Amino acid sequence: MSILGKLSLDAIPFHEPILIATFSAVALGGLVLAFLLIKYNLLGTLWNNWLTSVDHKRLGVMYIVLALIMLLRGFADAVMMRLQLALSTNGGEGYLPPHHYDQVFTAHGVIMIIFMAMPFMIGLMNIVLPLQIGARDVAFPFLNNLSFWLTAGGAILVNISLFVGEFAKTGWVAYPPLAGLQFSPDVGVDYYIWALQISGIGTTLTAVNFLATVFKMRAPGMKLMDMPIFTWTCTWANILIAASFPILTVTLALLTLDRYLDFHFFTNDGGGNSMMYINLFWAWGHPEVYILVLPAFGIFSEVVSTFTGKRLFGHKSMIWASGAISILGFIVWLHHFFTMGSSANVNAFFGMATMVIAVPTGVKLFNWLFTMYRGRLRVTVPVLWTLGFMVTFTIGGMTGVLLAVPGADYVLHNSLFLIAHFHNTIIGGAVFGYLAGFVFWFPKVMGFTLNEKLGKTAFWCWLIGFFLAFMPLYVLGFLGMTRRLNHTDNPDWNIWLYIALVGAFVIMAGIISQLLQLYVSFRDRKDNMDTTGDPWNAHTLEWATSSPPQSYNFAVIPTVSDIDAFTDMKEKGEAYVRKDSYAPIHMPKNTASGMLVSGCVTVMGFALIWHIWWLAALGLFGSFVFLVIRAYTKDVDYYVQPDEVARTENAYLDSVAKG
Amino acid sequence: MSDHSSEAHSHGSVKSYLTGFIWSVILTGIPFWMVMTEAFDKGPTYITIILLAIVQIFVHLKYFLHLNFSTDQGKLDAYSFLFALMIIVMVVALSVWIIFASNAMMM
Repeated sequence: MSILGKLSLDAIPFHEPILIATFSAVALGGLVLAFLLIKYNLLGTLWNNWLTSVDHKRLGVMYIVLALIMLLRGFADAVMMRLQLALSTNGGEGYLPPHHYDQVFTAHGVIMIIFMAMPFMIGLMNIVLPLQIGARDVAFPFLNNLSFWLTAGGAILVNISLFVGEFAKTGWVAYPPLAGLQFSPDVGVDYYIWALQISGIGTTLTAVNFLATVFKMRAPGMKLMDMPIFTWTCTWANILIAASFPILTVTLALLTLDRYLDFHFFTNDGGGNSMMYINLFWAWGHPEVYILVLPAFGIFSEVVSTFTGKRLFGHKSMIWASGAISILGFIVWLHHFFTMGSSANVNAFFGMATMVIAVPTGVKLFNWLFTMYRGRLRVTVPVLWTLGFMVTFTIGGMTGVLLAVPGADYVLHNSLFLIAHFHNTIIGGAVFGYLAGFVFWFPKVMGFTLNEKLGKTAFWCWLIGFFLAFMPLYVLGFLGMTRRLNHTDNPDWNIWLYIALVGAFVIMAGIISQLLQLYVSFRDRKDNMDTTGDPWNAHTLEWATSSPPQSYNFAVIPTVSDIDAFTDMKEKGEAYVRKDSYAPIHMPKNTASGMLVSGCVTVMGFALIWHIWWLAALGLFGSFVFLVIRAYTKDVDYYVQPDEVARTENAYLDSVAKG
Repeated sequence: MSDHSSEAHSHGSVKSYLTGFIWSVILTGIPFWMVMTEAFDKGPTYITIILLAIVQIFVHLKYFLHLNFSTDQGKLDAYSFLFALMIIVMVVALSVWIIFASNAMMM
């Protein structure tokens, strides 16, 4: 074993033209970016205002940037798979050999769930939640920065695996014995383990941070049941994260012991049980999908009540329905492996528990409909996403109830019907929600609204593309096509695989429209400025700040006496009030510690993947040292002085008065 | 950010800790005495040990962990505790059921 462990030049895939081309493109893009940053002298801004920031709004933006980058990567994987399946049906070989194809579908799953959906959700939560409860930041701002960098560290490891070594070929669930040392002796599964482990710890810390924030830092007068619905659904998601992510951490740790220290938790020899891995993985994995979708439900609720100009129908029942979903979400995980062969009683119990979840979800759907009933719905882009969601998600929900019947599941398990179902709920539920939230809160964060026309184009491309890409998969499932196939020779499947490929390209048109929308909106931003901080005439406190919000959020913490706190303030004439004097505001200072700690942890992960033991020890030691240094740093805060607050507030109120 | 105002946190008094301690001693002493003297049959002894152990759990929760349903902080702690307990019972008990049932199918 050399000083670099298993790492050698053989690990670089020189013989794979696709990877070399990708690497060249990424390297070129990186160089161009670096050049532009230097040319416009933005490196200092990037470092001081963004990378080292502890401001929840800026961290939220960085989370979303990470999510969008990973969306492009994950979507490229998706197009490659659809193209392969369309080319290799009817006896063709396609262009992706199994060795490469297996990594692509694994990476697609891991990236879309862990590094696209999660950062997107957490990014929106970061931006909006503290504002909605009238707080100046989260409970632990440094921890928030560290969480982000841990997530980014995991994402960096996944992306390194593209060019150094390889990624797991096991599917995103990495079941042993396939993920064990005997059948996956190379570094792929180790990349998987450390990427998930590092980002998972970041996610757990985020949940703890935001739970402390909502329990301790609500504006005076805001009772728990008066919190805005998005804050509530995020809180339920955080409770789920705090309860379920430790299961993932432990499961991955056990798999690590199996692979590194010859333990036998999940291998038959030595008395282990691989079924226990499947069981534990889904005991995390099922709550995880509710972690993704509950905040999206919150976004739809905010959008519907804002654009109808009405109160949300059944605010309280929405909270309890989310709670019921959260708790029921913890007793349904076996429906992911009905076919494992537990007893009929076990399958029946989990099948019924699964079907029951449709009830609180239905409550939510009716609440949205009743909110719209007799309202004047302004059909804006966020509303389009919401309507698209209500139709699409209902279909996904119904196929879910179908799959919850154990007998039906025995037929459809691991078929493309399942693939169609979960894309139906995750894209049609979670992703549509995040995209609605993206358009809805964009002016709040950036200070200008997004181009409406391109937003609508993007929506229709996504919606039509989604149906074209995934409805054929339901059919293919019924025709008996299973998931993760590399090439097939059934002529009956051809047409459906071709339609699905077309669908993927239509979604691609949607994504291109969104990138174009960002560019056009930025170019024309002078015409679309949000001068009032409240472009939609909305209900909640985040709109009671300027756009983008002041760094301290609120010059004076508002006192709340209504669920729709900002509407209440506007009605009573308490909004936009100019104060004669302000008190100094206590704020946290930026720090590079989060980056340094997470950087060391990421180096440790990389070293462990390649068995470079000295570097792993160094990484661990470094992260510990930086953490201790941070813990003993006294200079962590400062006061925004009253004259500066007055200047900022007056500028904001002047711009509101001008309209 | 600015105000880390902690609500008046009850960490108990000497009296409450002593009460809890005395209760714990009594609840431990009785089973100990029963086992050492063999005054009763095995069956009743087991049942008594289990029952008193459960009572002692509640004594610890009340006097040492300060869970209660009267103060705000106590309520929050108590509900968090109950929620965690529920999740653990659900995940552990159902996992045991699942794995034992699939084991039985393979016999």
